[in-house]
Amino acid sequence: MLTALIAIPALGALLVALLPKGRDELAKRAALVIALAVAVLTVVMAVRFKIGGPRFQFVEQHWWIKQFGVHYAVGVDGIALALIVLSAILVPVVVLASWNDAERSGGVTLPPSGEAGRSQGGEAQRSVKTYFALLLSLEAMMIGVFAATDVFLFYVFFEAMLIPMYFIIGSYGGPQRSYAAVKFLLYSLFGGLLMLAAVIALYVVSAKGGNGTFLFDELTKLHIQPTTAKWLFLGFIIAFAIKAPLVPFHTWLPDAAGQAPAGAAVLLVGVLDKVGTYGMLRFCIELFPGAAKWFTPVVLTLSVIGIVYGAILAIGQVDIKRLIAYTSISHFGFITLGIFAMTTQGQTGATLYMVNHGFSTGALFLVAGFLISRRGSARIDAFGGVRKVAPLLAGTFLIAGLSGLSLPGLSTFVSEFLVLVGTFTRYKVPAIIATSGIILAAVYILWMYQRTMTGPTAESVKGMRDLSKRELVVIAPVLAILVVLGFYPKPALDIINPSVKQSMVRVVQHDPKPAIAEKGTRP
Amino acid sequence: MTGHYLVLSAILFTIGGVGVLIRRNAIVIFMCVELMLNATNLAFVSFSRMHGTLDGQIIAFFVMVVAAAEVVVGLAIIMAIFRSRKSSSVDDANLLKY
Amino acid sequence: MTTLLADPQLHAQAAQGVQSAAWLLIAFPLAGAAILLLGGRRTDKWGHLLGVAMSLASFVVGVAVFVSMLGQPGTGRSRVVHLYQWVSVGSFKADMNLLIDPLSISFVLLITGVGSLIHIYSIGYMSHDPDRRRFFAYLNLFVAAMLLLVLADNYLSLYVGWEGVGLASYLLIGFWQHKPSAAAAAKKAFIVNRVGDFGLSVAIMLMFATFGSVSFQDVFGHASQASHGTITAIGLLLLLGACGKSAQLPLQSWLLDAMEGPTPVSALIHAATMVTAGVYLVVRSHAIFELSPEARLLVMIVGAATLIAGAIIGCAKDDIKKALAGSTMSQIGYMMLAAGIGKAGYVFAIAHLIAHGFFKAGLFLGAGSIMHGMNDDVDMRKFGGLRKVMPITFATFGLGYLAIIGFPGLSGWWTKDGIIDAAFEKGGTSGQILGWTALIGAGITAYYMSRVMFMTFFGERRWDEDVHPHESPQVMTIPLILLALGSIAAGAFLIAGDRFANFLAPVIGAPQVAHKLITPYTGVVFVLMVAGVAIAYVQYLRRPVPRTAPAGSFPVVAARKDLYGDALNESLLMRPGQWLTRLTVYFDSRTVDGLVNGVAAFVGGTSGRVRRLQTGYVRSYALSMFFGAALIVGALLLVRL
Repeated sequence: MLTALIAIPALGALLVALLPKGRDELAKRAALVIALAVAVLTVVMAVRFKIGGPRFQFVEQHWWIKQFGVHYAVGVDGIALALIVLSAILVPVVVLASWNDAERSGGVTLPPSGEAGRSQGGEAQRSVKTYFALLLSLEAMMIGVFAATDVFLFYVFFEAMLIPMYFIIGSYGGPQRSYAAVKFLLYSLFGGLLMLAAVIALYVVSAKGGNGTFLFDELTKLHIQPTTAKWLFLGFIIAFAIKAPLVPFHTWLPDAAGQAPAGAAVLLVGVLDKVGTYGMLRFCIELFPGAAKWFTPVVLTLSVIGIVYGAILAIGQVDIKRLIAYTSISHFGFITLGIFAMTTQGQTGATLYMVNHGFSTGALFLVAGFLISRRGSARIDAFGGVRKVAPLLAGTFLIAGLSGLSLPGLSTFVSEFLVLVGTFTRYKVPAIIATSGIILAAVYILWMYQRTMTGPTAESVKGMRDLSKRELVVIAPVLAILVVLGFYPKPALDIINPSVKQSMVRVVQHDPKPAIAEKGTRP
Repeated sequence: MTGHYLVLSAILFTIGGVGVLIRRNAIVIFMCVELMLNATNLAFVSFSRMHGTLDGQIIAFFVMVVAAAEVVVGLAIIMAIFRSRKSSSVDDANLLKY
Repeated sequence: MTTLLADPQLHAQAAQGVQSAAWLLIAFPLAGAAILLLGGRRTDKWGHLLGVAMSLASFVVGVAVFVSMLGQPGTGRSRVVHLYQWVSVGSFKADMNLLIDPLSISFVLLITGVGSLIHIYSIGYMSHDPDRRRFFAYLNLFVAAMLLLVLADNYLSLYVGWEGVGLASYLLIGFWQHKPSAAAAAKKAFIVNRVGDFGLSVAIMLMFATFGSVSFQDVFGHASQASHGTITAIGLLLLLGACGKSAQLPLQSWLLDAMEGPTPVSALIHAATMVTAGVYLVVRSHAIFELSPEARLLVMIVGAATLIAGAIIGCAKDDIKKALAGSTMSQIGYMMLAAGIGKAGYVFAIAHLIAHGFFKAGLFLGAGSIMHGMNDDVDMRKFGGLRKVMPITFATFGLGYLAIIGFPGLSGWWTKDGIIDAAFEKGGTSGQILGWTALIGAGITAYYMSRVMFMTFFGERRWDEDVHPHESPQVMTIPLILLALGSIAAGAFLIAGDRFANFLAPVIGAPQVAHKLITPYTGVVFVLMVAGVAIAYVQYLRRPVPRTAPAGSFPVVAARKDLYGDALNESLLMRPGQWLTRLTVYFDSRTVDGLVNGVAAFVGGTSGRVRRLQTGYVRSYALSMFFGAALIVGALLLVRL
């Protein structure tokens, strides 16, 4: 099942890439069909996932490199499943959203005169099918990275993911795309290198106690010396902190997300970065519980700084996409805060946050993409009074924005509150500082909305089209998910909660008891 | 007894090594390389004698074969360079740099 | 467990019969909002009718639930309607339940009743607006969120309603988004409210950390077991939330700007219902406040300070809506004061809230009716003499006016006097101070409301030339008349014979002593009221009112500028915030990103230099090979030895 999920988009990417030149329409449709097929399969898998069953389900395990104990081992628990569903739903959305974007620089149609000088040289015709092939191959690797239960396999997918994204940013991005792409690639590779060292060291440690292995299940049973564990933990966490990104390793994200085409930015921030937080939850904490506890104060401090710092930076941005990227840095602070609070609420909330943030930021990037492609500029002051001419566009932008500021009734609120309450039961002061993030969130979202959408209609946005049918089809399901999960998060929580509980047991953590020992009687 | 041969071998090797490092004429460097090869041959033979096995002598033969092949290829290259540059100084063939 | 039994609020039974259909209360307006927003322009023709129908349907359900509640004995009136499990993670549980008890049903009837009237009024008021459908969608959304706020049986669901009304308020203040001032006011309202919400959410977290639950039942049931410090902290955090929503000091600044919204919005959200949510929160959480005298004292101080500040601001505004907004702040200050007093005050807080809902909604809608006739002008200096041309508006506005200044027999007299008495009866120096503050506030109220009344309806006509005032259509005047009836009767109906006190007793406890109608202070209040009216009469009726505002002395200027609230916010928060933002952006791009790029440049530069080692000279390569070999041999020897 999981292998099929990885193979279908991978083969699909090959197929799309091999299509004859000039058949762009066919390539787009093929990509959409393949992405939808994967989404359907994923949903089937989610339905068949047994809640309360064994932790890892749909397990497959084969030898890959026997000499080094490397397995091709995949399987999902609730946490991974939730993230795979997120990726599988976002990819068809992104494919459809990028329908007409691949040909343009950063998804921007440059106006006939004037600003054309900003783009790099003459715009050569870009290959449309390559763009969609890259998207599909990216999907294969994203599913693979979440499904891998062999650390080596995880590492391979973790690094391989960079390649399609590098080409998407570097070939289809905005004016400064090559700077952004190289920065993204080098920064991530640097983190990956540290992780590789830690992965190998892990193998060496396991080999000392018998057979060397990379299998996650067996590695968790290892007894690693505390000092060694701390070093290995550092190797992993820096890689994930760069990926996530945690302050101060964040500066690549605004550049990359700002230059990437909107669709790719959705996947970059919505899914790719989740690999970092997922890795923290899965590998850092479970493989090195002792070290994780030892480093908790550091990570919590960075998270809280990230929440406030990212939010303040977001307020100061003048570019819509960079602003959204900085809000994500703030949100990633919440996720890492929840993970390292080591409470059921915190970790469940953090996992749900990953999913919700994917949809919420995804929606924001998508609508921002629509907006930018119409105007040809991403600067906030290039807009004004858009609501008057394009009410649907403004409405979807507002809903997406409200989910970004965690309005109750939208799914982001549930996860954010769980993270905060989970943190609060153990660490009061960080939780309170983090809560102030909700005020800053209101400032950056509503101020952006005010400057772009309200006020007198600017001359430059007069005659702007409202959302087309295709764009509406793209954005509606994402917003629907945000609303439904906001009022009825049970399906997601039911999948995530047992897995978190099991991992809490594994690291021997208990929720703090309430100050009043006697529990209230509930009807 | 064989110790002296080894000392001689070391001296010859050192002369050859220093020659390679300080001389500029390709032919001379080449001869120095030969000197180093033969110094090792001497060492091999000495050890063969010392241990009473034939291994060292066999390797010495291998080295001679390699040295002969090297002379063929190396002199050909030097000739080719000399023809194009009118010089046999290695400093004139420094294209392979940053 | 004895405390559990003593407070009937704590063992609510499952609801049956009509009450189990209480979810329809929220479902109707929510469905209305959803249909109107998703239906888009197709629903333009009948959208307003659907909005009104949904609000009325909700009101009918509310009445049905209320009637069935009256059929039950006093202690059995708290019922819980279980809807579904919302969030359940580990020990953290929050369900979507509706708590139906006398307190919540009072609010339900106020919200749906006054709400429906305002819906009907808006048909006429917004008839020329191309976006009328959207307006009704937002109004319905507001009603749904407000109902969720008052019906929630735990703090997290309450928080959903709490922010939901904030959203509706944001959307409605900024309804005319093409006006930059409206958009800015909407954003300001939301952000200031978020500051309050920060307090509320931390309070919820603290409750969970303390009690292991966020439901009213568990929190109140175990409140007495928690440490005093914790309870005080929870109380103060709740107060912060209440200050944000109810525009109390120091978070009052948004309410005056919120008058940018259409007038029905000001009536419904910024006078009758939403802004009183803070009072509801305090009264609902009375179990917590009763355990912490410190928190209660602060509630009273906030209330008293705001009631004076609001009244002073109300005195200087020439904008009729802003004068009324100042008055709203001030009246909510009264409610807060009453809620902080404790058992003796709750009934008056809620009764004043309901009476205020009637007369302030009536006043705002009256103001809307005036604006409707005056080409949307709000400057009272350009009104005058409207008594003759708008008789119905004049009569209803006049009744509301008499109610708010506490004319004996009308609503305000019953409830406001009750609050003043309760403050004095609290005893001690603080009781005296608070009581006198409330007394003086009553005098100022009479002054500024008379000022509004005289400037608008009496005196000479100061209209612009192109203005032709006329009475509003019936669809607007009928709600005005109904609200005026409420302004007359609500107070007497609620307070006389302790009717409301007995009704609320299952929730907030029975009053110890029956309320005395005539107290020593009744006379003082009356004298102060007459004095206030008299001063206003001398200033604004005996003398002509200039069409442009005179420069005014320092206190007048200060009051016009909202007592420098905005200036304070600007210099303390906004400007430093802007500087901080700029500094941070600079820091991030120069220092953090500079470090990253610096490392990249360093690596690049170093490799550029190291490249020079590739000289192309064979002998230098050979030399490095030689040293390398020597190094290896040396290392080997070293290891061997």
